[in-house]
Amino acid sequence: MTLARVIGTVVSTVKHPKYKGLKLFVVQPIDGEGRPTDPSFLAVDTVQSGVGDVVLVITEGNGARQIFKEKVLPIRSVIVGVVDEVDSRSVSP
Amino acid sequence: MYLGRVIGTVVATRKYRDLEGIRFMLVQPLSHALKPRGVAQVAVDVVQAGPGDLVYLVGSREASQALEETFVPVDAAIVGIVDSVDLVPDPDGEAAK
Repeated sequence: MTLARVIGTVVSTVKHPKYKGLKLFVVQPIDGEGRPTDPSFLAVDTVQSGVGDVVLVITEGNGARQIFKEKVLPIRSVIVGVVDEVDSRSVSP
Repeated sequence: MYLGRVIGTVVATRKYRDLEGIRFMLVQPLSHALKPRGVAQVAVDVVQAGPGDLVYLVGSREASQALEETFVPVDAAIVGIVDSVDLVPDPDGEAAK
């Protein structure tokens, strides 16, 4: 799973049927101190997260299919948790 | 999943059997700021997107799952047309640098 911050929303009317009713966010991967790491990407939300939240994102299709209980699903990235706190100060990498 | 801009169409007459009837588009992947990111790629289209459209795509194995025949050799699929992208102020943290 990836630690990321929700930095935006994507609004879309015309979409694949499996995306109907799902919220789509722009997420920016971050490290333990909140600094951007990898390039941003899009993820669908399952936990009522919002813009500005630090979240846990899975970026792999099998996990996405398990969450939505679908055998066939053209979705790879899913927000699966809202992070309350990250404490990475105690151990230096 | 990621953003992209449709910059052209691709026509291939001779192709793998299960790709018959599938539309191919040339797509430039974009960052959240809609700046080009990486090189253009060919993606299948299932939402009737057209050149100039801002779209989002799904890659890897899940791309084939956007199609009716889900075991086909494709690695990028356009799965939505974007109406708008709304970002937080300063999404790249420029003010903190």
